[in-house]
Amino acid sequence: MRVPILKQGDYLIAPIQSALSDADFLRMQNELVDQVGKLRSRGVIVDVTALDVMDSFATRTLRSTALMTRLRGAETVIVGVQPEVAFSMVQLGLTLRMEDVETALDLDEGLAFLDRQTKG
Amino acid sequence: MADEMRVPISTDADIITARQKGRALAEWVGFSGSDLTIIASAISELARNIIEYAGHGEIIIRLAERGARRGIVIVARDDGPGIPDVALAMQDGYSTGKGLGLGLPGARRLMDEFEIVSEVGKGTTVTVGKWR
Repeated sequence: MRVPILKQGDYLIAPIQSALSDADFLRMQNELVDQVGKLRSRGVIVDVTALDVMDSFATRTLRSTALMTRLRGAETVIVGVQPEVAFSMVQLGLTLRMEDVETALDLDEGLAFLDRQTKG
Repeated sequence: MADEMRVPISTDADIITARQKGRALAEWVGFSGSDLTIIASAISELARNIIEYAGHGEIIIRLAERGARRGIVIVARDDGPGIPDVALAMQDGYSTGKGLGLGLPGARRLMDEFEIVSEVGKGTTVTVGKWR
């Protein structure tokens, strides 16, 4: 399942709509890192509301996506981690790996965060 | 729904199939909320280990009963190279692959029961269970 990448002003929004395979995750990562340059975006929002599981691979890929886009001049924020997903991520021991990645409750909060980061 | 499901694991898409089937059986058994996510996450990590270290194997998901209690048991089985030092593999952050080294210790934390049998050159079987 391909993740659409939407342009919203200075930002890119990647709304994940269903469970993704590892290959899908990596394709989204490549496209975001690429599009940030092509569209001169200042921020990226990855919406994971639809994911019912975030395992070690998903977490690692989102983290590396955030680090890569930052090197390209855009801040990434992950939004929509569901309560039960947060619970199992902590149990799994995945929290430390997300420490240097920004998160926000939902799309609105993510946009507000990026506005503060890039226009403040 | 059948009391037991077998999912062959050889590609990353199989990981999704395994955890969706596991989630469905867990729901049928009566698990809800974060337990469903926990069970699906454990299946994901175990299936990923099969692909990473053995190439292929299978996940067996079955209904379990112990007296009046119902639960779910997941068996992750492969005929891969086996684990020379199981105690080391159970440590957080230890990995000989490209993962985070959280698969086995993470799955143990997520589930109520955890057992691993591994023989070098023969393969690895991990059995985990969760009870209602």
